[in-house]
Amino acid sequence: MTTAVDRSKTQSEIEAQQWRHMYRRMVMIRLFEEQVNDLYTRALMPGLAHLYIGEEAVAVGVCEGLNPTDYITSTHRGHGHCLAKGAALDRMFAELLGKEAGYCKGKGGSMHIADPDTGNLGANAIVGGSAGIATGAAFSAKRLGTGQVAVCFFGDGALGQGLLYEVMNMAALWKLPVIYVCENNLYNEYTHNSETIAGDMLTRAAGFGIEGKSVDGQDVRAVYATAKEIIQRVRSGAGPAFLVCQTYRFLGHHVGDVSREYYRSKQEEQTWKTERDPITLHGDWLVKEKLADRAQLDGIQKEVKTEVDKAVQFATAAPYPSPDKVDQDVYA
Amino acid sequence: MPEAMTATRELTLGEAVREAIAEEMRRDSRVFMCGEDIAEAGTVFKVLTGLVEEFGKDRVLDTPISEAGFTGIAVGAAMTGMRPIVDIMFGDFSTLVMDQMVNQAAKVHYMSGGKWKVPMVMRATLGATRRSAAQHSQSLHAWFCHIPGLKVVLPSTPYDAKGLLKTAIRDDNPVVFFEDKMMYKLKGPVPAEDYTIPFGVADVKRVGSDITIVATSSMVQVALGAAKLLEEYDISAEVIDPRTVWPLDEKTLIESAKKTSRVIVVDEGYGRYGVTAEIASVIAEGAFFNLEAPVKRIGAMHVPIPFSPPLEDATVPTEQSVFETAKALCG
Repeated sequence: MTTAVDRSKTQSEIEAQQWRHMYRRMVMIRLFEEQVNDLYTRALMPGLAHLYIGEEAVAVGVCEGLNPTDYITSTHRGHGHCLAKGAALDRMFAELLGKEAGYCKGKGGSMHIADPDTGNLGANAIVGGSAGIATGAAFSAKRLGTGQVAVCFFGDGALGQGLLYEVMNMAALWKLPVIYVCENNLYNEYTHNSETIAGDMLTRAAGFGIEGKSVDGQDVRAVYATAKEIIQRVRSGAGPAFLVCQTYRFLGHHVGDVSREYYRSKQEEQTWKTERDPITLHGDWLVKEKLADRAQLDGIQKEVKTEVDKAVQFATAAPYPSPDKVDQDVYA
Repeated sequence: MPEAMTATRELTLGEAVREAIAEEMRRDSRVFMCGEDIAEAGTVFKVLTGLVEEFGKDRVLDTPISEAGFTGIAVGAAMTGMRPIVDIMFGDFSTLVMDQMVNQAAKVHYMSGGKWKVPMVMRATLGATRRSAAQHSQSLHAWFCHIPGLKVVLPSTPYDAKGLLKTAIRDDNPVVFFEDKMMYKLKGPVPAEDYTIPFGVADVKRVGSDITIVATSSMVQVALGAAKLLEEYDISAEVIDPRTVWPLDEKTLIESAKKTSRVIVVDEGYGRYGVTAEIASVIAEGAFFNLEAPVKRIGAMHVPIPFSPPLEDATVPTEQSVFETAKALCG
């Protein structure tokens, strides 16, 4: 009996650690993105930046249920997925700044972070464009018997792309270990999805005989619990799954999208930010459940801020690739 | 063909393609094929007949009619340890796979800073005169040549088809391999021994001294026919097949142009902004001061491929049109 009690205590402590870890990961993504916003608006970062702020619980909840060797594909709004799957802050920033030390030697940039070491097959700047790649990775995993699964992250905008339905059909036919994770943040760029998506999202999956689930994407524990169950089932050979995470993009489509009233109200944004912030919600829960106190959470925020600042310093100081590298890596 | 290879049989181009795939599938368990009606049906052209019996339906995989989807799956599978061969029944359907080939397969290696590789082959057909009209007859290979990260192969003989396809399957990059559907029955010597043909090495199909005819795919046969007709007028034509249009063996083309001082480029794709334009430009830049006349180009007429036989026949280069152009150039 004593043993059982101890084990249970250990188990709950492990869980508490995991919940705090998810809090830290979400904070890391948030602070990373805030830093990107800052760098970009100060014209220190070239190109485009699509921020993940507000959607952190989706990437963290799903990736927490994955093994390091499992695959993901990501999107133009992909920093969160990469970090949640284990990417390092310094090499992420370096890539965003176009530096040699970046994940892709500066050749990919914000929308194309890829990293074999963390199973990241790459962020993709074609909406829905990675659905084939993720499904193909699942195909390999099944053929090679590796036990890996592949997660394909995409936004609700990708529901307009035919490729997604083609590969979902094949994934179902061939029982491939792939999970299609739809981040429903309600907007396709600057257009509410009531104007772009007919019918019900989950019945799209049902049409292929794929089990679909919907989850509150602002609740990291709900995302994690659902994802974990789905991942287990998919890994066991049951075939693909479809998970819709109901979430919200707190900021614009990209950093420059600041005047948004023509497509959504400030009040709507404010409501989501004050009532549905995934980090606040999870932090409050940790305190309420006595799994952390405010000082601990503040400590996490501070530690992560220090890590982010250090990573930015690293990336800022890192050299650009020399121009003679421009035609390297075109062919393997 | 190397003279040392003696154990040579006659195979059709279709058989050579099949043999190349079968040998590579035996050699490497990661190689698999996917496409529409490729298993029991062996493709509409029956090129793959018998492969499913040897390798099973898992490795000769019939897909739904979803070109973009199965090409995308092949890209992902190639990145993660497999070596897919994608079968696109008609090259016209290239339009459906363009995002997967151009934005995904071609760029994955570069965008990832060289970390992910895409070792896949996309096989497709080209060529008109099969009375299949505008959506089953085009030669769209030039589109792929335009894209950094892809390699593009156009075999003209059974020997080349086998050797080049084996190289394509062993290559760590996405390779687009175009077979002329009118050439599947073309016979030629193919050694029984294992051999490969490197990319970027043109083949002189006929040695000559008065004019160079650069020709691709089935246009090589057209050029050889024209060369025979030219013999009667004491015009000695050299026929060169680049075999791979990317990488392109510029050196061999330029050297031949310098030697003969007159050049015609024949390709079944559209001329405008096409393969003939690129090759003519390469030769003009490389051999300008040795040329007696501007480089001539002969390609498909710039119209959608028509159905009616006399109309369709008027759109493609022929022995006669190449012969007449050459004769005028040498006159």
